[in-house]
Amino acid sequence: MNNLKLLFGKGNSIGQYGMIIALVVIVAFFWFTTGGLILEPTNVINLFLQYSYILILALGMVMVIIAGHIDLSVGSVAAFVGIIVAQSMSVWHWPAWAAIILGLAVGALVGAWQGFWVAFVRVPAFIVTLAGQLIFRGANQIIGQSTSVPTPDSYNTIGAGYIPDFGPNTNYSNGTLLIGLVTIAALIIIEARGRARRRKMQAEVPPLWVSIVRTGILVAVTLVATYLFGAGPVGTSIPIVAIILGVLTIIYGFITKNTIFGRQVYAVGGNASAAVLSGVSARKVNFFVMANMSVLAAVAGMVFVGYSNASGPADGTGWELDAIAAVFVGGAAVAGGIGTISGSIIGGLVMALLSNGLQLMGIESNKVQIIRGLVLLVAVAFDVYSKSQGRPSLIGGMMRQFQRKDTEQNTVAAQQPQSIQDQPEKVNTQ
Amino acid sequence: MASTPIETGLETRSITAPETILEMRSITKEFPGVKALSDVSLNVRAGEIHAICGENGAGKSTLMKVLSGVYPYGTYDGEIVFEGEEIRFKDIKQSEQAGIVIIHQELALIPELSITENLFLGNEPGKFGVIDWTSAQLRAQDLLARVGLSDDPDTQIKSIGVGKQQLVEIAKALHKDVKLLILDEPTAALNENDSQHLLDLIVGLKAKGISSIIISHKLNEIEQIADEITIIRDGKTIETLNVKGDGVNEDRIIRGMVGRSLESRFPDRTPKIGETFFEVRDWTVQHPLDSSRLVCKGSNFHVKRGEIVGFAGLMGAGRTELAMSIFGRSYGTWLGGEIIKDGRPIEVKNVQQAIEHGIGYVSEDRKALGLNLLDTVKRSTVAADLQKISKGGVVDSLEEYNVAEKYRKLLRTKVPTVEENVGKLSGGNQQKVVLSKWMFTDPDILILDEPTRGIDVGAKFEIYGIIQQLAAEGKGIILISSELPELLGLSDRIYTIFEGAITADLPADQADPETLMRSMTSARKGATVS
Repeated sequence: MNNLKLLFGKGNSIGQYGMIIALVVIVAFFWFTTGGLILEPTNVINLFLQYSYILILALGMVMVIIAGHIDLSVGSVAAFVGIIVAQSMSVWHWPAWAAIILGLAVGALVGAWQGFWVAFVRVPAFIVTLAGQLIFRGANQIIGQSTSVPTPDSYNTIGAGYIPDFGPNTNYSNGTLLIGLVTIAALIIIEARGRARRRKMQAEVPPLWVSIVRTGILVAVTLVATYLFGAGPVGTSIPIVAIILGVLTIIYGFITKNTIFGRQVYAVGGNASAAVLSGVSARKVNFFVMANMSVLAAVAGMVFVGYSNASGPADGTGWELDAIAAVFVGGAAVAGGIGTISGSIIGGLVMALLSNGLQLMGIESNKVQIIRGLVLLVAVAFDVYSKSQGRPSLIGGMMRQFQRKDTEQNTVAAQQPQSIQDQPEKVNTQ
Repeated sequence: MASTPIETGLETRSITAPETILEMRSITKEFPGVKALSDVSLNVRAGEIHAICGENGAGKSTLMKVLSGVYPYGTYDGEIVFEGEEIRFKDIKQSEQAGIVIIHQELALIPELSITENLFLGNEPGKFGVIDWTSAQLRAQDLLARVGLSDDPDTQIKSIGVGKQQLVEIAKALHKDVKLLILDEPTAALNENDSQHLLDLIVGLKAKGISSIIISHKLNEIEQIADEITIIRDGKTIETLNVKGDGVNEDRIIRGMVGRSLESRFPDRTPKIGETFFEVRDWTVQHPLDSSRLVCKGSNFHVKRGEIVGFAGLMGAGRTELAMSIFGRSYGTWLGGEIIKDGRPIEVKNVQQAIEHGIGYVSEDRKALGLNLLDTVKRSTVAADLQKISKGGVVDSLEEYNVAEKYRKLLRTKVPTVEENVGKLSGGNQQKVVLSKWMFTDPDILILDEPTRGIDVGAKFEIYGIIQQLAAEGKGIILISSELPELLGLSDRIYTIFEGAITADLPADQADPETLMRSMTSARKGATVS
């Protein structure tokens, strides 16, 4: 137990990793009920092709929710951007890259519009984005005349494409193998540099085995992912959209955790008055959080258009609820101030795996809806219950810990095992 | 309103032999770590107005909460006898049924509802949950007449003034058939006219046999209407004075309120005071909602390097309002005045500018305004000056940890690791985190608003030491406190504030509790204002 604490950071029993364990249990359950189908490379690749847009939305939604707001317009904004991008290529014959830049610009404009109302006029985000949902859905249907607009193959790569194959025939996708190797190298270098930096600043350095085991786990996960993405049918590999998602996750994880802006988002959501009296501009934070959400909605919309080869009038219907569900399953608090990028990604994966696994089992989609609804309810009820018992939020806590695993922060906490033992009530929250 | 005759409509009971209506015997109430009331006794005779006086935090409100059932039977020791019977209230509802109604300082009216709806909230006339609005209207008119209010009962509460709202509260109490009315600072938010009308009404009720307990800081009002005065200090009954018999005047009450000697509760210090470097001139601020009220009336004051300047004033006098408006105009609407630092006027229109100009503000309410309770000690420590440990907007987490550790050791904050959530810490340790946060911004002038509120004695002593240390480093300290001993023990100079105006500027060696209390309770000057 002591070793685990050292490994994963302060005050944790293994039970705090419940969310990750839940994910593993869900995978194991479907692995048995679908005869291993769920972990077939083809299925894993499809899972990402099919659900990445929700995870991309969840990245922005978690920041909105941490800041104490909500965004109901993301589905309509995604559809609005999608139709403009599709039109720009099919009607005005713009090249794909120009269409993508246009899409991002439109997303930013829409975001500025919504941010303006939330931050400066102080209309509650619920209302602003409910209005946005209606406005941009209508705008989508006017621009597209309520019909589907097809998109060219050159563009569809961003939603449905893979990285190209090259080099000798290894029975695996060489590009995927390369990305896997680079990731593993990066993990090792980051850990080594963290240790070196601590040594240089004369901070305590955790035992070597801690670094080895921790990095080892992450390397193993990377290897499995590399195999799953790389061992699919010829012509497939890691989907472009999964790479987009991965890069965005790293960027937003970094923003929320390591930048001043990220701190300010948590501060405003946790206690806006205290934040303002500490010199944080709540207006600026609210504006950028809302604006950023619409930019990510634009990304999600464009990716989805690529995946379905066309932009349609009903694209994005109900996406806001999928994204919000992912964030709350991932341990965010309705009242704001609590939530993490990694938690939301895992929450999104749980929801996506449920849909995917139940479909593989041949359960009809109506029932899938019910089960997903119940999972959301139970996951949040469990969190509320554990908070009402005076314990820290289990889901929130475990996500924080998860996030800390690959940074140097946890080693900071790991220096204090003795004092944690002095606080027995904080050790075993289970 | 003030001229309307008061018709309470109750038949006058004969008060030949004033019998005791309420007797509270040996009431002791403890909160974790604090003994708020210790062996307090209170006797109120039928048909009298009984005042309770004491400093902020003496235990007056706690005693009234015990009486009205806010703290239910079993959470306190001692017994309460009302109209000859021992009572054991489980909640406010029960005490109201017995005829004890408390009117809190913050009025419990719903602004969006009409006078009638508010009057009968929780006691709606009617059957099976269906309200009989006709009888409610008639009853409302009757009740309003008894408190001398002639407004239309359909008026929304938010569109009548605070004075009238207070009357509606009393009408509501009359509807509940009140026998003992408790008023907590009833005139704190009222202007002179409305106050006088309210006091007349209370005297009128007394003539109709309704007893009142009144808590007030305004000693002239107490002297005017009270029959008896019980003085509470540090959770203990000090004395009960009969206003007519004992020849009570304001000075007599003040002596009872502050009567303790100053113990050696403060670390030794030899002040090293430099030149004046911070000055506020003609500072005028309007109430954020009520444009007819000024919360700062052209205040002038200055602070020297290395000086601890105390601000004394009773609750609602405008100390916090002054401090927050100086700290980046965080309170009210600024109407005029300037801040001069190191001989130059500085522009402080928002908190960022205030921090840049070296002003720090430790708020009086650390949970609501000082800390994000969801955050860790580490993150809270650096929250007000993230730039200092960041490059290109990226926070250096190792540096952050080192800073947090440094302040944890410096202030001896008791916390297992700086990764702990501040929400889990005790009040004293939370306050140390807030102090760390502002010390990290390296301010030249640090405003401390009630820095030891809700903190145990040991932690207080440590915080006093920190304050003195900061002054010794040449910072100017503005100390706002409701505890006179604390102000007298720490300050080099003390300003008093009364109703938004600075009424005195006293060097510490010329200040004593009585002089201060006099300038805090009236506009007459206790000393020349420099």
